[in-house]
Amino acid sequence: MNLDWIWANLPQIWTLFVNHIWLTLIPTIIGLIIAIPLGWWAHRSRRGGVVIVGAAGLLYTIPSLALFILLPAILGTRILDPLNVIIALTIYTVALLVRVVSDGLGSVPHETVAAAEAMGYRGWQRLLLVELPVAVPVIIAGLRVAVVSNVSIVTMAALIGIPQLGTLFTQGFQLRLFVPLILGIALCVLLAVVFDQLLIQIGRITTPWRRKDVPA
Amino acid sequence: MTLLEWLTDPANWTGPGGIPVQIAYQLFYTFLSLAIASVIAIPLGIFIGFTGKGEAIVAGSANALRALPTLGLLILLFLVLAPWIAGQLVFVVPTIIVLVLLAIPPILTGTYTGIQSADEAAVDAARGMGYTRTQILWRVQMPCALPLLISGLRGSTLQVVSTATVAAYVGLQGLGRYIIDGRAQADFAQMAGGALLVALLALALELLFSILGRVLVSPGLRRTTRRRRPQPTDTATAALTTLTAAR
Repeated sequence: MNLDWIWANLPQIWTLFVNHIWLTLIPTIIGLIIAIPLGWWAHRSRRGGVVIVGAAGLLYTIPSLALFILLPAILGTRILDPLNVIIALTIYTVALLVRVVSDGLGSVPHETVAAAEAMGYRGWQRLLLVELPVAVPVIIAGLRVAVVSNVSIVTMAALIGIPQLGTLFTQGFQLRLFVPLILGIALCVLLAVVFDQLLIQIGRITTPWRRKDVPA
Repeated sequence: MTLLEWLTDPANWTGPGGIPVQIAYQLFYTFLSLAIASVIAIPLGIFIGFTGKGEAIVAGSANALRALPTLGLLILLFLVLAPWIAGQLVFVVPTIIVLVLLAIPPILTGTYTGIQSADEAAVDAARGMGYTRTQILWRVQMPCALPLLISGLRGSTLQVVSTATVAAYVGLQGLGRYIIDGRAQADFAQMAGGALLVALLALALELLFSILGRVLVSPGLRRTTRRRRPQPTDTATAALTTLTAAR
């Protein structure tokens, strides 16, 4: 194995790595922002829940490579536009998190909601100040799954030519080189672990009342 | 040529590279991998669910496996195995191995969490009625495990369909051919056509599993699960373990 390849291509690897971070983070954050009101609606209305969770399940079914190619046909974007990847991953993240947010809100003890109600919390206020904070552990658990799978899904975009760590896989295949392949896999796993740990810490900081038992 | 023209062109529906043939290939690879994975994962899942042994290892490695990029895994295994395999099988064998590896975790977690989630009261009642441990497993715990087992199979199927498409990159037949070849020829209609067919195939399989769930799962079981007070964290994690796949 020839590690010189890494030193010779260090600037390119760095660019791919940074691209990968953005392509993973932006959809995860936008996805969470969209999933919260949708999840809340699914939690509140029985019919809304069935429709939203069903639609989310169907969207999640579409393979990523297919979605990357179908989106330009629907949106009129260029096939090489990274926007397609961002939108596709946002769709997957929303599909995953809607259910999680709805379940998370369902995990809030009835007494807590009743107490908030009695103290005068209403509507959005109760959602933002009482229910969502209590639901944080469940939502964080879902976010961890979403971000780790997003890191992996982004690599698929290499097949249509959008540069990120997956590009190292296609290069490794074309050049019959193991170094870029293994480096790419290692960096993906590293990124996934870092995001995962970061979310665990965020969960710990945002729920100071349950310091002792952090969800696995 | 537009997407519609490509889909309605009779030339694309006939011959050895035609759409029906590629769909058949895709389904063949999918079901072959699922069958091999089931033979490995279901007995193992029953063992883990029944004895509780090895649960931590399985849960841990299932999480770790999610972080591994499937495309990288596929190409790596292809490059490692290709020199050892001759002829046409060179494209097929490494891919099937990766597909089986990816299909195992959802089926495995579905099986053992299903068995563990069987209602304690039902198990106690069966014991009280004089069922032996094996009878409890086959007549009570397995039927109770069926919904989660099926959703595990569903998760695996989606993962495998998706990855089999990607495997066209290393030379596998199937609907992914249109995407990869279309990309190489800068033929967007062909790419979009392939993508649409893959998406429809995935949706059709999803539908098949939801029908399967409806037919196979005992109606009594469905009613109680709906009426029972939901245990959000449990359902959330169960849904996540079976749903999440590197698409």
